[in-house]
Amino acid sequence: MQLGRVVGALWGARRATGLDRQKLLKIQLEGGGIVVAVDGLSAGPGDRVLVAHGSRVRDLTVGETVATKDVVIAIVDDLAEGA
Amino acid sequence: MILGRVVGFVWATRKDERLHAGKLLVVEPHGWYDPPQELGHLVAVDTLDAGLGDDVVVCMGAPARWRLGSVNLPVEAAVMAVVDRVEWA
Repeated sequence: MQLGRVVGALWGARRATGLDRQKLLKIQLEGGGIVVAVDGLSAGPGDRVLVAHGSRVRDLTVGETVATKDVVIAIVDDLAEGA
Repeated sequence: MILGRVVGFVWATRKDERLHAGKLLVVEPHGWYDPPQELGHLVAVDTLDAGLGDDVVVCMGAPARWRLGSVNLPVEAAVMAVVDRVEWA
C-alpha cells in the first residue's frame, strides 16, 4: 500500500469490458511515480489517498471482474510524520 | 519481507470498512528482498503498537493478511515484528 495524491481523472469511451463503469484516477505516488487506480470510494482531485496493489485486494474491493491491480482503499484525513 | 523504519501514521475516515484491523503506519524501507523493486515508502497495518522511529519487519501479500487473521482483508502489507536490534554482516 502506498500514499499518493489524486492529480486527475481519466475518461475513455472505448474501454476493455473489465473497466466498464469504473472511475479511473491518476495518482502521483509519494516518492515518485504515477499510477492509474480504480476508485472505490469517490475520491477527487487533490485528495491524498492510500493505494493498494494486487489481485486479492482488487477481488475484495471493486470485484474480481475489474481489470486492474491498483485500487484506492482509503482517503487520508491526516498524516503524522517524524523521525 | 522488508526491514524499514516507521516514519509516520495515517488517519483515514473514508476507507474500506475492513481496514479497521490496526493502525496504519508509513514505513520507509531500508532493506528488502521482496518486492525486488525499490519503494520510496509503504503503508502497513500494525497490531504490535510500533512507534515513530521504530524499526519494523513488514511482510507483503497473503502472509500479511494471515497475520491479521483473515484472508478477506483488503490489505497488502502488515507489520510482523518490531525490531530490537539488527546486525549487518
